[in-house]
Amino acid sequence: MNDVLDVALRLLVVFVVFLTFPLIVGQTEHKVMAHMQGRLGPMYAGGFHGWAQLVADGVKFAQKEDVVPAGADRRIFQLAPAVALLPYLLVLLAIPIGPGEGAVGQVIDAGVFFVLAVMGVGVLGSLMAGWASANKFSLLGGLRTAAQLLSYELPMLLTAASVAMAAGTVSLVGILDAFEWWWVPWQITGALVFFIAGLAELQRPPFDMPVADSEIIFGAYTEYTGLRFALFLLAEYAGIVVLCGLTTVLFLGGWHGPWGADGLGWVWTLLKAAVLAFVVIWLRVTYPRMREDQLQKFSWTLLVPLSLAQIALTGVVKVVFL
Amino acid sequence: MTLAAAAATAAHATATTAADPQGFLSPTGVEIAFLLVGLVTLGAAVVTVTTRQLVHAALWLVVALGGLAVEYLLLTAEFIAWVQVLIYVGSVVVLLLFGLMLTRAPIGRSPDADSGNRWVALGVAVTAAAALVWVVVDAFRTTWIDLDGAPAGSTEVTGASLFQHWVLPFEALSVLLLAALVGAIVLSRKAKTEAGADAEAERAAATAPGAPRSGATRRETEGTR
Repeated sequence: MNDVLDVALRLLVVFVVFLTFPLIVGQTEHKVMAHMQGRLGPMYAGGFHGWAQLVADGVKFAQKEDVVPAGADRRIFQLAPAVALLPYLLVLLAIPIGPGEGAVGQVIDAGVFFVLAVMGVGVLGSLMAGWASANKFSLLGGLRTAAQLLSYELPMLLTAASVAMAAGTVSLVGILDAFEWWWVPWQITGALVFFIAGLAELQRPPFDMPVADSEIIFGAYTEYTGLRFALFLLAEYAGIVVLCGLTTVLFLGGWHGPWGADGLGWVWTLLKAAVLAFVVIWLRVTYPRMREDQLQKFSWTLLVPLSLAQIALTGVVKVVFL
Repeated sequence: MTLAAAAATAAHATATTAADPQGFLSPTGVEIAFLLVGLVTLGAAVVTVTTRQLVHAALWLVVALGGLAVEYLLLTAEFIAWVQVLIYVGSVVVLLLFGLMLTRAPIGRSPDADSGNRWVALGVAVTAAAALVWVVVDAFRTTWIDLDGAPAGSTEVTGASLFQHWVLPFEALSVLLLAALVGAIVLSRKAKTEAGADAEAERAAATAPGAPRSGATRRETEGTR
């Protein structure tokens, strides 16, 4: 009975995190973008600096009509948002937030493989949406999504493998247990490549060619309205939470900090992830969109060689110095 | 404790309490789940090859491959299960969908999505399935997975056996894949240069002032002149 209660409690906590953190990131994006552009952003909803803006948005989305285009493939069109969103919920289960087995939803032996595998499944949602909409812009968006995933999955895997080599384990908890502070400079190339490739996989600016609104409207999501559209947006922000959490765990030492690792480990994890989330927003405001061919070239001629070099460096250091 | 290990220990507990001499199939929870997931996988696979809707076939393939990953989990092969999801669901099917969308992916049925080879294909499939089932059943019979210590399919055990006992096949496979990769690049480059040469010739023919369309006719006209 106690076990059941424990599992239920963990699932509940992960679910609450899954529902609230993306909204916090979204609200931060509203405000940070606004201030970077010399505006105020939402100021009215909820009273204090528009804190309830996204709640109001959610209510608005729920009230809208749920339209399925006449020519669309109904079932796949309606299934796509769930396929896009659910993988991120599963990934959150595996991310450790503090030391010990108490601070992770579920300890998974092959954690690195699990998170990367399940994150890759999320892209199927965009593909399904792009195809089932019966719209040329959507189909183009789906194609670009697929092309982008295929080229950026490889550097992500390679850099994650580099960390796994350094730690001698593919378990996320095990990697954190083995972490030393000098891993940060040692794996910094891998960290940058992983973060950039992750941004591309989430289709965040400057890698948002698949949803480029000024040329293909909104890519795979063009035909979506109401709640299903909101689910796709939620998937994007849940993706940011997951990517920042993973980069923190793999490359920045997760719950390790200068002091207080025992009691305050979760604070360090959240702090590092929050800084990364800020960087994600910052990049969106700063950089223009990359063209499709530039995207491909960037991955194959820069990120893949860099990640291979990182693996070589990891191997050499591991053999010679450790 | 991992999911797979949890499921496996549950099976172990029920198996040991039920009866000591374990038969070929004893209806524990895990075995029932295994059979049900197997049925779903088989059904999805059959729909994949029989449906007339191309993209639906690819998506049913996702269900079949995912079902297979669940089966691996139930057999305590956790590492293989996640690799299955990563490679097949995450990459192969995405590549497949990409190819479909790039060429032809109509919504609804494709009446010409059919093959005259289907009876031959059925024969090959049934033969292969029969051979595989016979080999697996004959090889393992009533062997049970030993759950004391690390599960046989955990990352550590898999890695150790792969790089201690199976290094040579592993490296041979790597070389084979590399050869396939290089071959693909060579093939695509050759096709590209030929197409490029053709296009160049055509462009030259078209841009020549007052020149006839194709090279052959131009040679003819020059001959008559």
